[in-house]
Amino acid sequence: MKEKSVLEMRGIYKSFPGVRALQNVDFTLEEGEIHALMGENGAGKSTLIKVLTGVYEKDEGQIFLKGLNKPAVIHSPQDAQNLGISTVYQEITLCPNLTVAENMYIGRTKGFGTNWRKMNAGAAKILKDLDIPADATQQLSSYSIAIQQMVAIARAVDMDCKVLILDEPTSSLDDSEVEKLFKMMRDLKAKGVGIIFVTHFLEQVYAVCDKITVLRDGQLVGQYEIENLPRIQLVAKMLGKELNDEEEIKDDSLVYQGADADKNVFEAEGLQSNAGIKPFNFHIKKGEVNGFAGLLGSGRSECVRAIFGADKVIAGKVKMKGKDVKISKPIDAMKLGIAYLSESRKDDGLVGDLSVRDNIILAQQVLRGFFRPYSKSEAYKIADEYIKLLEIKTASADTPIKSLSGGNQQKCIIARWLLTHPDYLILDEPTRGIDIGTKVEIQKLVLKLASEGMSVTFISSETDEMLRTCSRLVVMRDRKVVGEISGSELTQSNIMGTIAGGDKK
Amino acid sequence: MQKSGTKSKSSAGQFFAELTRKPIFIPIVALLLLAIFNLVMDPGFYAIALNHNSEGYPVLSGSLITILDNGSELAILAIGMTLVTAASGGQDISVGAAVAIAGSVILRVLCGTETQPESLQAPVIVAFLLACVVAMLFGAFNGALVAFFRIQPMVATLILYTAGRNIAAWINQNRLPIVSEPSFGYFGGTIPGIPIPTPFFIAVICVAIIALVLKFTTLGLYVQSVGINENSARLNGLNPKLIKILTFVILGLCVAVVGLIKVSRISTINYSVVAKDIEMDAILAVALGGNSLAGGKFNMAGSIMGAYTIQFLTTTLYKYNVPSEALPAYKAVVVIVLVVLSAPVVKARLGALGKKLSSKKNTAKEVG
Repeated sequence: MKEKSVLEMRGIYKSFPGVRALQNVDFTLEEGEIHALMGENGAGKSTLIKVLTGVYEKDEGQIFLKGLNKPAVIHSPQDAQNLGISTVYQEITLCPNLTVAENMYIGRTKGFGTNWRKMNAGAAKILKDLDIPADATQQLSSYSIAIQQMVAIARAVDMDCKVLILDEPTSSLDDSEVEKLFKMMRDLKAKGVGIIFVTHFLEQVYAVCDKITVLRDGQLVGQYEIENLPRIQLVAKMLGKELNDEEEIKDDSLVYQGADADKNVFEAEGLQSNAGIKPFNFHIKKGEVNGFAGLLGSGRSECVRAIFGADKVIAGKVKMKGKDVKISKPIDAMKLGIAYLSESRKDDGLVGDLSVRDNIILAQQVLRGFFRPYSKSEAYKIADEYIKLLEIKTASADTPIKSLSGGNQQKCIIARWLLTHPDYLILDEPTRGIDIGTKVEIQKLVLKLASEGMSVTFISSETDEMLRTCSRLVVMRDRKVVGEISGSELTQSNIMGTIAGGDKK
Repeated sequence: MQKSGTKSKSSAGQFFAELTRKPIFIPIVALLLLAIFNLVMDPGFYAIALNHNSEGYPVLSGSLITILDNGSELAILAIGMTLVTAASGGQDISVGAAVAIAGSVILRVLCGTETQPESLQAPVIVAFLLACVVAMLFGAFNGALVAFFRIQPMVATLILYTAGRNIAAWINQNRLPIVSEPSFGYFGGTIPGIPIPTPFFIAVICVAIIALVLKFTTLGLYVQSVGINENSARLNGLNPKLIKILTFVILGLCVAVVGLIKVSRISTINYSVVAKDIEMDAILAVALGGNSLAGGKFNMAGSIMGAYTIQFLTTTLYKYNVPSEALPAYKAVVVIVLVVLSAPVVKARLGALGKKLSSKKNTAKEVG
């Protein structure tokens, strides 16, 4: 073991029935280093993390930790924690209805008694040291996700951790929150903590990391210093091929050419829901791809939810293909030919325990009605067709959808809505938390569908992605539509300017 | 509901591993264990005799017939309970009280205001249909509490659990009407000329109906979707509240059927005893059938198997002269074992054990 390393994993193997998840993977983490673990979905990142944290037991290989002169034995998450390996997951795993201090000390106090004053004081000190703007005695749920995330990290750090694993901590944070998190990571790095950072955001990797380890198909591709690995090469290594440039997917042949191309498919006037957005006007033409841009919490999702009837609509007029219609619940919208892929795949999209097949047919089945179920053979036929069409990687149509990787789950949900043959498809963050290959596939699919005459609203936190797909952007700030950008004005700086809205005041 | 036995099994271990993963594994094993226990202790348990009842018609008797008879009531209730559990992730504990109400309604219609009328005041079918309506309304009430006010099903149904038997007594002004028409006894007894108890045939009809409903409507998919992820279900155009209420209404229908059987058995009713604690057995049947009591995916065949298994257990215990007051304690012990066996953790371990056995065998073969 090298002198500076805090963690060395050597020759790790792990298999699941039918899958070799990890084959001979090495990983080295040095003291005071932020190390990105990169790879596409299914590359083995999560498995490696889970082996390290004791969620899975490795089949073969050894793990060495600093200060231990023999291989570490990790059979359970508890073992890992005792050895100084702490993990902060994408989803907050704390208890929202306890106070910040309680969350930081839960499960760590000895004996039955609790010295509340001491606990609160201790928590307050840590929060101050780490510069987290939270009050130790307040309920955790009263803080934003970002703060909660930081409290989770503070808890991990206070447990004397040498290795801190951050598994997609930024996927639900906005830019300023991410910046705060990064500052905290840099502070911890200065204190000598080794940080493993798992993320899908390339920019964040380059903003904060020192080294990158790339995995592909369960094997180690290599470990690189950040300055020696330009972005395009990183992507190429992750995909295992030269990337056909993401920039080039927008192509003039992919524009809807029909005679009715300037007809509005959907129009809304003064639409307002009970989710706290200001009334807004909106329209989309046949074969158009537009999007809602804005910071997290600016009301992007709330707008499309109002269109789909997912939130309670309290005011406004809507027209579908020129006709006045009323949409008060999702089924109304679905019957009019609107489909909505929700922002949170896990909470609002998947039906986890059901098979891929049931998940794909669900929406169309509801449209068909209670007394006209698809027969098993019909359902298999449809599911297999879409599995092939969207190249969904699944063992079979009977596999529970929750056992698929994020990208493939998302493809199933997209398949579900494509099956309803909508005129107007709303995709709210369809590419969140999925790998680059699938991201590009989804973007291409959107443009192809639009060229065939489908109208698509595409929402993404990544502005680049919206620029590549949308021809018009509705910009939102503070739950209000503040502008619209289209054509040649559609540039990164213009969007940023409108979102920030500095010149108007 | 996967097909079984189609793939050729390469080894016993693999077969074992696969079998333990099937939801119906637990009730089958439990039933087998009980069956073997009885076979060893007293093969006479399985004796079936052909006797003649007081009217001279042939009837079968024996422990197995008792199980078939009483287990059928439980199986009918298990159908509704399975759907309620799947959709709302909780159980209806007012089932026994609701059976009393349904039975009371039937007697009220049949006997009018008299205690023992010479002839029926209304056709049995009218009485039964009215009982169905009443039981379904009470089901809808429970369902509405669960769906609209988001009260936990056990708490919501506690209301009717507490008040139900009093409501049942109030319907007949606390009288105990007696039906003297002998044909009314057919539903809970036997039809002349057919030696097998009628409840079994009623259960078969109910099972056939629910099987057809599950095949020719989307009830199964909707109920499971709502139970697994209510938000997703709503965004896919479903109305989760309506579906939850619907499951309670279906359970109400099952309750009315059992109510008919119960009052038919004795031609009268005992408000405080009729169908006592039957809800617990029905819930156990669902759990035993490999269904998660937290809702989501369900397995109807498992629940029905579970119902007969529970009754098998009850009858076995009676056979060994366990006093009825002590019955629940004995049952509890057995149930703990069964439920622990069906817990996912234990299932996974059993599966791993099976795999180990098979891999050991394979390596042994390779070496040899």
